Amino acid sequence: MATLEIRNLHVSVEAENGPREILKGVDLTIKQGETHAVMGPNGSGKSTLAYSLAGHPKYTVTGGTVTLDGEDVLEMSVDERARAGVFLAMQYPVEVPGVSVSNFLRTSATAIRGEAPKLRTWVKEVKSAMEQLQMDPAFAERNVNEGFSGGEKKRHEILQLELLKPKIAILDETDSGLDVDALRQVSEGVNRVRETGEVGTLLITHYTRILRYIKPDFVHVFSEGRIVESGGAELADKLENEGYEAYSTKGGASA
Amino acid sequence: MAEAQNIPAGSTTAGSIAVAAESTVATRMSAPPSFDVADFPVPHGREEEWRFTPLARLRGLHDGTAVASGEGVKVEVQAPEGVTVETVGRDDERLGKAGKPVDRVAAQAYSSFEKASVVTVAKEAVLTEPIRIAVHGEGGVAFGHQVIELGAFAEAVVVIDHTGDAVLAASVDYVLGDGAKLTVVSVQDWDEKAVHVAQHNALVGRDASFKSVVVTFGGDVVRIHPRVEYAGPGGEAELFGLYFTDAGQHQEHRLLVTHNLPHCKSNVAYKGALQGQDAHAVWIGDVLIQAAAEGTDTYELNRNLVLTDGARVDSVPNLEIETGEIAGAGHASATGRFDDEQLFYLMSRGIPQSEARRLVVRGFFAELVQQIGLPDVQERLLAKIEAELEASV
Ligand SMILES: Nc1ncnc2c1ncn2[C@@H]1O[C@H](COP(=O)(O)OP(=O)(O)O)[C@@H](O)[C@H]1O
Ligand SMILES: [Mg+2]
Repeated sequence: MATLEIRNLHVSVEAENGPREILKGVDLTIKQGETHAVMGPNGSGKSTLAYSLAGHPKYTVTGGTVTLDGEDVLEMSVDERARAGVFLAMQYPVEVPGVSVSNFLRTSATAIRGEAPKLRTWVKEVKSAMEQLQMDPAFAERNVNEGFSGGEKKRHEILQLELLKPKIAILDETDSGLDVDALRQVSEGVNRVRETGEVGTLLITHYTRILRYIKPDFVHVFSEGRIVESGGAELADKLENEGYEAYSTKGGASA
Repeated sequence: MAEAQNIPAGSTTAGSIAVAAESTVATRMSAPPSFDVADFPVPHGREEEWRFTPLARLRGLHDGTAVASGEGVKVEVQAPEGVTVETVGRDDERLGKAGKPVDRVAAQAYSSFEKASVVTVAKEAVLTEPIRIAVHGEGGVAFGHQVIELGAFAEAVVVIDHTGDAVLAASVDYVLGDGAKLTVVSVQDWDEKAVHVAQHNALVGRDASFKSVVVTFGGDVVRIHPRVEYAGPGGEAELFGLYFTDAGQHQEHRLLVTHNLPHCKSNVAYKGALQGQDAHAVWIGDVLIQAAAEGTDTYELNRNLVLTDGARVDSVPNLEIETGEIAGAGHASATGRFDDEQLFYLMSRGIPQSEARRLVVRGFFAELVQQIGLPDVQERLLAKIEAELEASV
């Protein structure tokens, strides 16, 4: 069973006046089949955690370890991590002008699966995944994320999740900017993948709203670069009622 | 509007961007247009039209020391039926009709050629096969003049390939009769030491359409100056360009579209990628809308993708408007470093770095390549771009 283990992870970014530590010792273990919600106020370092796991070059790991089934993830390049089974649905997906969605999806599926998917089954696979996410087939001919609405971007991320079938899925504020219908459809997509039991999910969110659709097994409160409390789904209810104030040393940082 | 965008803050690129919109077409000439090289002083590099060009690398084309040698370039023309190909002397009255040389090297080319080639497509002839002109450098110095003339309502595609090694100064005329349609693809795929300086003059007839595709990959110094003027109202010009500038190469594309008559259109789009130390691309895009040119519709664009440190781009779009009665006019120029965020996004989906770079660069050129409208040329260009990238990673 695939397991992602994060131990005492410290991460810095290069700021104007030198390196600035954002993650200050994160410990978290995610097993295949489990869903962990990480909740925290804006600026607490949630995206930093997500990007660091995916290997974004802007973030420097200064301490700690990350392993996937014992393999050192931090040693891997960005594409190696993806091929090892780590997937990041981004909070702000990037536009890639001139590269069509269909070309992009096929190129990444080929890379992840180690061989080009058979054309006929692939076309069906993409078509049905898009249908389930209520995506117009014409979408496949558009350039990746170019001119996509917020909802389209997030659907496109989850489409990739469904097609690439990772071992560990990190969803960074997939719920942000979605209306209720889109939130439901996107959540259903995530649930289809979860129901296979093959994926461990790290669901990063600011709000409890998405947890009505995606039931977490564990909830972790994130504040100032580390996990400050962990519990079951009931912890989300507490956050819903009380907000993040209780966890902030500065107070009022729950903006 | 001129703009410089997506240069990541704090990025370590040595690429620099010069975007200016103030200087005028007139200041880009040291002397009035003339067929005689003696009318132009020898440039020293500070002149407006030469300030980006490394004169020391022109092998004497600019100061009269370059002398034509026997085995300069070999020119082969493959023409389908309906086309006349002639080699003529200096006194042929069809020469030099599309425009006068505007700088010293263009005038040198015109003053020095001994034989010119004239390719004529008879009026109303619609060619189904392209005219192919192979210009192969044999290691020498050459001066050339070439005229491609289409009679009224003729339609033709011309593909000119420049290969091998040469020091070549050329002036090329395209003369389009009323309602004619001409597409010219000029590919500069020279060996690495070649020097190529050329002025292209297009004279676009009433309701005629001219499409120029300039593609520059090879050579040490390539400096192409396509110019367009209209011989009647209703003409249309599309000027597309694509360049891939490698370490040490100087590739300069200077364009001038003069809207001298009413109701003509022009659309200019040049895109370039640069990689390697001292790769230098220059793009000057001048569009002049004269007082008589009511109903003009024009747009020009230049985009550059800087793939590595050490490369430099000078991009100068310039639009001058002398009449208020126009249908539309605009320009855009942007130079950006290779976008690490795009690379990260693609790689985070398992795509290896070299393939991700290929996707992005292919994507950068894709829209422009599609506009060429000649599938075999498009395929060849994309393959060539991939080969260029291959060499870099
Ligand atoms: N490149 C950077 N330079 C300086 N500070 C940064 C940079 N990237 C992120 N930060 C800071 O790190 C903190 C955490 O950001 P982030 O991980 O995006 O938080 P969250 O996703 O929880 O909102 C914020 O205070 C943010 O301003
Ligand atoms: Mg975030």
